[in-house]
Formats: sequence, structure tokens, C-alpha cells
Amino acid sequence: MSINERIEQVLSSSPVILFMKGTPDFPQCGFSGQSVQVLGACNATFQHFNIFEDEELREGLKTYSNWPTFPQLYIKGELIGGCDIMIDLYKKGELAPMLDSAMAV
Amino acid sequence: MKETIDLIRHNLTTTLKPSLLEIIDNSAAHAGHAGAKKGGGHYNVTIVSDEFEKKTLVQRHQLIYAALGDMMKNDIHALGINALTPTEETKGTK
Repeated sequence: MSINERIEQVLSSSPVILFMKGTPDFPQCGFSGQSVQVLGACNATFQHFNIFEDEELREGLKTYSNWPTFPQLYIKGELIGGCDIMIDLYKKGELAPMLDSAMAV
Repeated sequence: MKETIDLIRHNLTTTLKPSLLEIIDNSAAHAGHAGAKKGGGHYNVTIVSDEFEKKTLVQRHQLIYAALGDMMKNDIHALGINALTPTEETKGTK
């Protein structure tokens, strides 16, 4: 299986996925920690992957999405963005509805 | 680091022709945490450009990452981005 096939398989495994540094309980970067908090504020249920534990996924995702940094949030397989965008959408009140509709499916 | 900031400025100016570009070095605030081990810096960029017109936030950030290319691998560990169109800037919205 190629790395892109693997990424697609991972992305289809859950409607809301956060690729982050560390875990929600022990984030290893401030931006990953903030992203978890934003999702928490939206009452979102999400799957997380610690990219420190999966080098192939870490490098593959950077190329797959033209996005060189983490965290990365995906809703229904689509890249929503990193920490800045999540906070931006949250402040505009757009993030929670996006998460709600993804989780309702 | 000043050289990194100059290089960021150069790359973004040539590709996106911004009407406003502010780059702030936040590296000191993040020194020492696990993600910063390799020594890449943390920077914040505020950029206003016509190129962002009719583009989503993801697409705007992707344009910036593409312009910075390999810098994202070594020189830059994290980049805070505030990417606006000239119209959004005058409205004061994000």
C-alpha cells in the first residue's frame, strides 16, 4: 500500500481527525494543545494521531496536503487547517457547526 | 534570526506581492519544548495581498507555505499566519 493510500484509509476511518504532536492529554507543542482545547470547546468527538509515533504518516501528510506543519485538522477527509485556522473559524462561530454536521452523519 | 526573517520577507514579497507584510520572531517564547528541538524558529506573519481574493483560509496558507518551500523544513518550525485581502484589511475583519 502506498503512503497516499494509507493516508486515505486513515482519513476515512473517522469524520473528525486531528494529527498532532503528542496526545490530547499530553500535547507536546502549544499549537497542538490549543487545537485540542478548541475542539473541546466545540464539544467535538475526534480521533487523534500522534505524528511523533508515525514518521511515515508525518512526512506523507505534509506532501499529501501541501501543508508542512502540525497540527492538521481533517473533517470528512478534507483538510480544514492548522491551529490558526481552527481558532479563526471558532471565533467566527463556524467551526462548531462544521464539526456537528460531520459527527451527525 | 534576522537572516530567516529577511528570507521569509524576500520569498513572500516576490511571490505574493503583498501590500502589507509584518513578520514577528516568536522563537524565544517557544525555546526548549519538544517540538522545537531541531532549532527551527517560531514566526508570525501578517500579510495582505490581492492573491488571497476568493481563496479559502486553507488555500491562502498553502500559497504561503509553497512560497516558503524548503524553509518550512529547517528554518521555520511554526508559522502563525494572518492572511488577508486588501478589502478585509480595511474592514478590520479576519
